[in-house]
Amino acid sequence: MTTPHEPILELKNISASYDAISVLHDVNITVQRGEVVALLGPNGAGKSTVLKVASALMRPTRGSISIAGLDLTGAAASELARLGVCTIPEGRGVFPNLTVHENLQMAVRKGLPISVVQDRAFARFPILAERRTQLAGTLSGGQQQMLSLARGLATEPVLLMLDEMSMGLAPLVVADLYEQVKVIAAEGVSVLVVEQFARTVLGIADTAVVMSHGRVRFAGNAREVDEATLSSAYLGTKEADE
Amino acid sequence: MQQLVAYTVIGLTTGAIYALASSGLVVTYVTSGVFNIAHGAIGMIAAFCYWQVRFEWGWPAPAALIAILGVLCPVLGLAIDRVALRGLAQATEVTRLTATVALMAAFIGVAAWVWPPENRQPFRGFFEGNNVSVVGVNVGWNKIIALIAAVAVALGLRVLLYGTRLGIQMRAVVDNRNLAELNGARPARIASASWALGASLAGLAGVLLAAEVQLNIVPLTLLVINAYAAAIFGRLKSLPLTFLGAMALGLSEAYLLWGQGQSWFPETIGGFSTSGLRQATPTIFLFILLMLLPQAKLRAGAARVRERSVIPQWNTAILGVVVLIIGSVAVTGMLTRSNTIYMIQALIMALAVVSLVPLTGYAGLVSLAPLTFAGIGAVLMSKMPGDGNVLSLIAVVLIVASIGALVALPALRLEGIYLALATGAFALLVSILVFNQGKIFANGVAEVPPLRIPGVHLSQPRPKAIFLSITFAVVGLGLVALRRSALGRRFVAMKDSPLAGATLGMNLVRTKAMAFAISAAIASLAGALDAGKVAPDNYAFDRSLPILLLAIVGGIGSIGGAFFGGMLLGLNTVLASIVPSISNITRVTPGLIGLSMGRNPNGTSHQIATAFRPVTRHPLSLVIALSGAGTLWLLVVLDVVSHWGFFAALVVWGLGIVPNLPMLTIISGRPRTLCLSIAAVGMGVASFFDDVFDAAPTGGRLLAVIILFVVVGNAIRRVHTPAEPTSTSSPDLVGLTAFTAQELSKSDRAIKVVL
Repeated sequence: MTTPHEPILELKNISASYDAISVLHDVNITVQRGEVVALLGPNGAGKSTVLKVASALMRPTRGSISIAGLDLTGAAASELARLGVCTIPEGRGVFPNLTVHENLQMAVRKGLPISVVQDRAFARFPILAERRTQLAGTLSGGQQQMLSLARGLATEPVLLMLDEMSMGLAPLVVADLYEQVKVIAAEGVSVLVVEQFARTVLGIADTAVVMSHGRVRFAGNAREVDEATLSSAYLGTKEADE
Repeated sequence: MQQLVAYTVIGLTTGAIYALASSGLVVTYVTSGVFNIAHGAIGMIAAFCYWQVRFEWGWPAPAALIAILGVLCPVLGLAIDRVALRGLAQATEVTRLTATVALMAAFIGVAAWVWPPENRQPFRGFFEGNNVSVVGVNVGWNKIIALIAAVAVALGLRVLLYGTRLGIQMRAVVDNRNLAELNGARPARIASASWALGASLAGLAGVLLAAEVQLNIVPLTLLVINAYAAAIFGRLKSLPLTFLGAMALGLSEAYLLWGQGQSWFPETIGGFSTSGLRQATPTIFLFILLMLLPQAKLRAGAARVRERSVIPQWNTAILGVVVLIIGSVAVTGMLTRSNTIYMIQALIMALAVVSLVPLTGYAGLVSLAPLTFAGIGAVLMSKMPGDGNVLSLIAVVLIVASIGALVALPALRLEGIYLALATGAFALLVSILVFNQGKIFANGVAEVPPLRIPGVHLSQPRPKAIFLSITFAVVGLGLVALRRSALGRRFVAMKDSPLAGATLGMNLVRTKAMAFAISAAIASLAGALDAGKVAPDNYAFDRSLPILLLAIVGGIGSIGGAFFGGMLLGLNTVLASIVPSISNITRVTPGLIGLSMGRNPNGTSHQIATAFRPVTRHPLSLVIALSGAGTLWLLVVLDVVSHWGFFAALVVWGLGIVPNLPMLTIISGRPRTLCLSIAAVGMGVASFFDDVFDAAPTGGRLLAVIILFVVVGNAIRRVHTPAEPTSTSSPDLVGLTAFTAQELSKSDRAIKVVL
């Protein structure tokens, strides 16, 4: 399923800090075209910071970011979004005071009229069509997540980045959403999933990256991630010589 | 019936102008999150500019309108967004609000400077002289146009915000800025667009209103109060409700005007005149609306990193107090009588400014009414029996403190801008309805008796100035004690996270009331101790704004900052009166100083404190600094140097050389010789200032002193600081306690690290 040697997202030697506290140390992560990468690790490992850096919401202190071979270090988040990077941040990625329809309008670009955006979104999640005129803040948690996914995917991104999609959702809803992510990946979109609950995503991921304390501890085939690797990252037990 | 129609038409057209103004306010607020206090001032500036091009330069009306509303206003809006507010995106609401207060002050200053009130051509409305008959009532075209414009703007904004991509993006940015950016929106550009639009709407309202009330700076600027009232009616969100509120306001004003002309309308109520009622309508409207707002929801406060307040230390506080008192004794000894009076004014200002330290600095509550409490203090003191008895003063302070707490009570449910507006409305109400009463200020003046203390003649300027310094010192020490007490910690906790405070069992209502009471009590001193004839204008709403401004500029969390702010205000007044040629510039300075906040949200005093901190921690430097000042004092007493020489030398010494002392005691060799020579030359020039600047006027001399200390200070710093400054301390040595600070500095220098 993976087409090798066509990196979509490349984070090279990324270090980042919040004021004096450095949170990322020399992080290297690559996402190939059509690949699903699961970024795992315990609380405070630096996963969300990686996403912030990758989506240009935060500037790294060192290192470079390229998208499809284009060096975009220092670009604005809006530029990356326009180049086809779709990020769904932690929590609900919707505008609560805008209607479903208006939320979808945020995806409208040159050459991408609202009718196309709507058709694509409603095809993926038909329930949204019924809620067209409702304020997004009044949708259920799962529907809000669907809306943000639908809105992001309507722009036909090359890279989809999801941060803690499972947060605050019922397990069944989470399973449904990750089914959709699988479909998306099959369509050829590269996906970077950040998730604290490892088992949920390892099932759909090709590659897994395990982080702890701001460093990458393991990067490789998702099926090679075993209990030992995970527990050493999560619990801090001594790692096998790797 | 005919009259009812006539007054309804008047009300609706006035309402239409308010609607235009308030819709602009709402648009900028919802899209940029900044509540623009300067909104009315923008309209005022636009009205003046329109008058300039239309009536002075004779442009045709359409061209003038395009130039002002289509070009000037959008550019002004963009400039405000880019220059004044961009740097404050991460600052607290208080700081951002104050930045717009600064803008308002600056605009008022500019208008008063550029368009002095003498011989103005009248401002004529559109098609003036031609009327239209509406149901038998003659209505001017200006009014009709106002109505049409309001309807058009209402429809246009509706379409813009709900039907266009730009509008939806504007609303999305408000909802979640980061998320909007992740969706490809450019928040900075969107904010600029909304500022341009808001400024144009303010301009349109200003031009239409000017035709009704003519070119007067204050009424045009206070148009914003009407706009606030209408905007609050729409909860700062809903445009339809905002329009409804504006119309209701316009109508109630018109009907009150009608009522006042009728025989049944009481001219006085309980001996108080009702003539101010109509003028106060928008404010009363605003006040009632604010009181009816639902309880603010408690939110977990976000940690702000840009503004830091340091817990005051006793040793620095006592040092400051000693310097202040000795300094005031020394300085007043050589000032002329009139200059001492200026100093008294500056000290009164400093007291008013420091009243905001517990309220705004500690507790995070904004007040636009510090001088109102001072005014109440002055009035009470003048009415109090005992003729300046100390007991009367205590009674006055206690009464004003309880008034402060009482005013706070209805406002306690509010926070942020709503609270700030409520205090502003209170200030205006007191100004219009209370201070303007003949019973309160007979013939517009009240006589505040000087405080009577046995053996001290407080009616004389010098003892009064010294007494005020001591009062300020006592208040300052009291505030240090407050900040270090449990109550002070509760204030700060309430500012940082009301939610966390409440869950820990803190009584927010009582804490807020306490903050207001303490602040009002301090402010009352600024009124009650200002003996002499005072006028209600001294305590007007627009005078309170620079107080807040300078408090924030000085550094709202610190007492030294408040003192600095008060002195700056005082100095500004002094400059205006002794150097008339620059009096116009001094009208603009508080505003301009306020705008510098974007780069320095912690306040100037924080910067100064940072510069002086090494000195206070270095005993040798401290001794040298104080003995240097002492020597100068001796020299002036022995008549070796003149008063001006003393002043100049003290400034050069204190601000130019003292901050560099710790460095000077460490470095050696050529740089040291060079630094010492610069210092010596600087001090020499300053000491014999009179010989050098023999014929220069006072303003020129002040300027020369400033240039002198800046040059000396920077020259010394250049010489002893290595070319490329690196980090502030050497990480390898931090935590080592076996070395003295001096040894650490030495080794830091050896490895080229600047301490």
